[in-house]
Amino acid sequence: MSLLLNILQVVPMQYYLMVSAALFSIGVLGVLFRRNAITIFMCVEIMLNSINLLLVAFSTYHNDSNGQVFVFFVMAVAAAEVAVGLAILVTIFRNIRSVDIDDLKALKN
Amino acid sequence: MSLVEICFWALSFVTLVCALMTVLSKNPIFSAIYLLICFASIAGHYLLLNAQFLFIVHIIVYSGAIMVLFLTTLMLMNLNEETEKHKPAIARIGAVVAACILGLVLVSAISKTALVLPQNSGAVDIGAIKVLGKILLNEYFYPFEFISILLLTAMVGAVLLTKKEHKITIK
Repeated sequence: MSLLLNILQVVPMQYYLMVSAALFSIGVLGVLFRRNAITIFMCVEIMLNSINLLLVAFSTYHNDSNGQVFVFFVMAVAAAEVAVGLAILVTIFRNIRSVDIDDLKALKN
Repeated sequence: MSLVEICFWALSFVTLVCALMTVLSKNPIFSAIYLLICFASIAGHYLLLNAQFLFIVHIIVYSGAIMVLFLTTLMLMNLNEETEKHKPAIARIGAVVAACILGLVLVSAISKTALVLPQNSGAVDIGAIKVLGKILLNEYFYPFEFISILLLTAMVGAVLLTKKEHKITIK
């Protein structure tokens, strides 16, 4: 408990906002930058984690547990999303032997 | 500079550098390893913010389940770094510029905002499993049950999607 009071005093909330914003921007950069679909999934996970970190920080600074419950739900949805997404990627890889997003043009035209 | 402050800066540095290395490393296996370190440092942030329940759930779900899924899929596909090509230069420059502009907008908006935070006495241990369990099973009972249905549906969907289709032989 003394540790918690300590962090509330020495680390301002702004720092957590900055770290989360930077992490989210890195995730966006990864989604735009990479061609491999699995790496793009990883970058989506980074973005989800930046939002989780921000929710936990706000919940601690406001002394409110609801934010942490929300983070728990986000984690469950993220786990479901990764399982289904990777299953789709495995199916795609089995059909066209590639997970390069520039090769996934079957719906175009 | 106190110990907590040093912990915060070190964890933030590791988080951001590992996230950047996830994006920039060519080999997807290295990306996954850097992502693992990034998740571990975010777990450290949770511990620093006194959210013990989320710390444990984060370790189990991300480092345990999601990273195993990623690594298994990567090894199943056997992707080498020679096979991956980069996007054209114009697309890469556009991606960097777009991400930098997004970061700039977020950071400038945050630095202009005056946060109104209540005085936290720290009397209640909000991150404890006991407190969160009571909230989860009282106020958030129905969402909690729906999440279990969602996970069951996702599990069935993943199994159905990856199952090989057998040809039905009609006699």
